[in-house]
Amino acid sequence: MLALGQDEIAKYPFLADAGQYLKDKGFTLEQFGSDPDLKQLVDKAFERIRVAANGKIYKSDLIGDQVSKEAALPREVFSFLLAIVLLKLSGMHTLIKRFALAEARRAEKYLEKDLANISDESKKELAIRIIDDLFSIQVEKLDDYFVIAVSDYLKHSINFHEREWKLINRHVENGQVFLTPHETVRLIRKELGTYINSKIINAKTPTMIPGFEDSVNKLVLLSKKFITFTVTTGEYPPCIKHAIEELEKGENLPHSGRFMLGAFLLSKGQSVEQIAPLFKNAPDYNERVTLYQLNHLAGTSGSGTQYICPSCEKLKTQDLCFAIPECDNIINPLQFGKKRK
Amino acid sequence: MQEADIKFLEDSFKKYYFEHFDLIRVPERTFEREFGYQKFNSGMTRHISIKDDKELHLLFMQNIPSDVYCSNAYYSFPNLPMNEKDWKEADLIFDIDAKDLNLSCRENHTVSICNECKQVSKISEHCLKCNSTKIEKKSLPCKNCIDSSKTEVSKLSEILIDDLAIDQENIHVYFSGNEGFHVYVHGSQFQQIGSRERSELADYIMFNGIIPETFGMKKFKPNRSSFPDFNEKGWRGRFSKQVFSSKSKRSKIISELLVNGYSSFQKTLDNVSENIGVKIDPNVTMDIHRIFRLPGSINSKSGLTKILCKNLTKFDPYSEASFLSDESVEVFANCPIEFSLKNKKFGPFINEKVTVPTFAAVYMVCKKLATIA
Ligand code: SF4
Ligand SMILES: [Zn+2]
Ligand SMILES: [Zn+2]
Repeated sequence: MLALGQDEIAKYPFLADAGQYLKDKGFTLEQFGSDPDLKQLVDKAFERIRVAANGKIYKSDLIGDQVSKEAALPREVFSFLLAIVLLKLSGMHTLIKRFALAEARRAEKYLEKDLANISDESKKELAIRIIDDLFSIQVEKLDDYFVIAVSDYLKHSINFHEREWKLINRHVENGQVFLTPHETVRLIRKELGTYINSKIINAKTPTMIPGFEDSVNKLVLLSKKFITFTVTTGEYPPCIKHAIEELEKGENLPHSGRFMLGAFLLSKGQSVEQIAPLFKNAPDYNERVTLYQLNHLAGTSGSGTQYICPSCEKLKTQDLCFAIPECDNIINPLQFGKKRK
Repeated sequence: MQEADIKFLEDSFKKYYFEHFDLIRVPERTFEREFGYQKFNSGMTRHISIKDDKELHLLFMQNIPSDVYCSNAYYSFPNLPMNEKDWKEADLIFDIDAKDLNLSCRENHTVSICNECKQVSKISEHCLKCNSTKIEKKSLPCKNCIDSSKTEVSKLSEILIDDLAIDQENIHVYFSGNEGFHVYVHGSQFQQIGSRERSELADYIMFNGIIPETFGMKKFKPNRSSFPDFNEKGWRGRFSKQVFSSKSKRSKIISELLVNGYSSFQKTLDNVSENIGVKIDPNVTMDIHRIFRLPGSINSKSGLTKILCKNLTKFDPYSEASFLSDESVEVFANCPIEFSLKNKKFGPFINEKVTVPTFAAVYMVCKKLATIA
C-alpha cells in the first residue's frame, strides 16, 4: 500500500482503505446519518454520483492540485467514501459503472498533471508508483517522454481502436514505446475504471443506515433512467443481450465480453459464420482476429476442444452480469430460461 | 498415396530417424510442451507430453510418423484437453514462406496436379486433360525463392534486435523443411502476451495500418520539420532510407511529398510497405496454441529436414537439409521441373521410369510427382 499524504488521498480517494480512513478520522457511518452537519456530506456524495451518472466529471473542491481550504480535504474523501456506501445500498450496477468511470476520469486528470510536474519530483514519482502498483506497468522518464515496455503497451493499447494507437504508429526504440504524460495516462483509463469499479463491487454492503434512506431511494429512481433493455423471458439472458446491444451500438465490448458471447452462441448451436458478423460493428473489428478467436472457441482450429460459456459468478467479476429476477438460481447463462425452482 | 509409396517413405524416414537421433532432441522445458504427430494417410494425434530424448525417440520408432510437432507454448498440463492445459507463455514465432512473397519465379516451378486423373500440368486453375477444378499445386522452390526468404528473415531480425531489443542469441532461425524459415524468439518480454497483442506485433513487423501522421504528413498545414530523418531509429529511419534514398535528396523529396498531399502520401506508404514491411504469416505469429514442426524431424511435403541455420547467408537447404540415403531406387516420374539436391541435378522427367538416389526419389514422391515403380 502506498503511503499517501492528505493532498494525495483527496486526489486519489480510491486508494484509501475506507473503513480505516473513517476510523482514523474518528467517525462512524451512523454519525453521517444522524448528525445534521455531517449529513450534508451524504447529500454531497449523492451529488457526486448524480454528476457521474450524467457522464460528467465531479468538480471537486480542489483548486489545481491544492486544497482550497483545510476542511475541504476530508470532505473530498468522505464524499467519495459515502458515495460508495450509497451505491452499495442501492445495489444499482449501472450507476456503479458510471460512477467508477467518472471517478477514473477525474483521477486521470490528476495523474496526468502529476506526471508532467517538473517542479516537484515527488509528484511525478507518486504518479509513476500508482501506475506501477495498480497496473504493474513500469514507466520511466526519458527526456521529455515516458517510456514503457512494448509488451505492456500492447496489453493496454489493443483495446483502442484509433489507428494512432497501433504500435506501428508509435515511436518504438529498444523494446520501449515513447509516450507523452497524456498518452501514458490515457493508456490505463479503462483499467483505472475497472479498478475503481471492482473496488466498489468488492466492498462490503452495510445494512441500511438511518438517515441514508432518502438518498438511496433517489439513486434507485435515478438508475431507472439508464436501464435500456426491456425484460423478456424465454430468450437470451440479460448479459448476452447487453453484449449484443453494445456491439450493435458500435461500442467496444471488452475481450471477456466477446469471449462470453462467442462461447454462449456457439453452445446454442450457432456457427462461426453466423456469429462473426455480430462483431462487424465493433470499433476495433479485425476479421483475422475475430475468426481466429471464434474458431479457437469453437475448437475448429488447433485444440479441437470447445470452450464453454463462463459462469455467472465469473461474469459478475468481469462486470458483464446484468442480473434480473429470472436469473435466480442459475449458475451459468446457458441455464437461463431453463432451470426454475 | 499408394501403399508402395507410403512404405517406401516410411522405410526411408525410419532409416533417417534411426541414424540421426543426434539431430532430434527434445526442446528446453520439455515437460511443459505439447507434442503431436501425424502418420502417412492419417490424422493428427495431439496433446501428448514427453519427458526426454529417449521417450521422443521411442515415439519416432514406434509410429514412424510423417511429421512431428511441438508447441511453442508452455503449459502446466500439456497432455490435457486445450482448455485444461493451463497456458503459461509461448515463444514468439514467425513463419516466412516463399509462397507468400509474390515472386515472379513461382510460376516457372509450380505445377498443378489433378486430383481426379492425376495429370500433371503447368500451373493452371483447372486440369488441362479432364477439366476438373480439383487441383493441388506443388512447387519445387528455386534458389531465388530461398534467397528472397532469407532477405525477409534478415529484415525481421533487424527489427527484432533494433526496435524490440531482443538479443541476437535468443533468435533462432530454422529452415522449415520445405519453402521457408521459422524464426523463434526465446525469453523475450513478449512471452506472456496473448494473440491479439501478437497480431498487433505482427502488424508492426509487416508495416500494416500505418497512418501518414506517423511520418510527419498531416492533413492540415503539414510541416516539413516533422518528416523523418535519415539516422532516426525504427520505422522512421527505415522509411527515410527507402523513400529519400540519400541524405542529399531528402529535402527535395519532402517538397514533392508536400505538394502531392495527404492521400497521395497514403499511397506512397502502401507502396513502401511492399518493400520494407516483412512478409511474415500473421496467422502463425498470433496463434498461441499451435504446434510446430519439431526441429530435426522430416517435413513430409519434401523429405527435407527442419534444421537450425547457423549461418543464414551461406545456408543451402538443398545440400544441407537433405539427409536421406544415396541408395538407388526405380520410380515412375512425372516431374516436368528440374531440381537439384545434394549438388546433383535431376529431371525434368516426363512420364518415365528412372533410377535415382533415395533422397531424390523421396523428394518427388512427397511432391506427388513420382511413384514407386
Ligand atoms: S445472472 Fe448469469 S445469466 Fe443472469 S445476467 Fe448475470 S451472468 Fe447473465
Ligand atoms: Zn484431370
Ligand atoms: Zn522460385
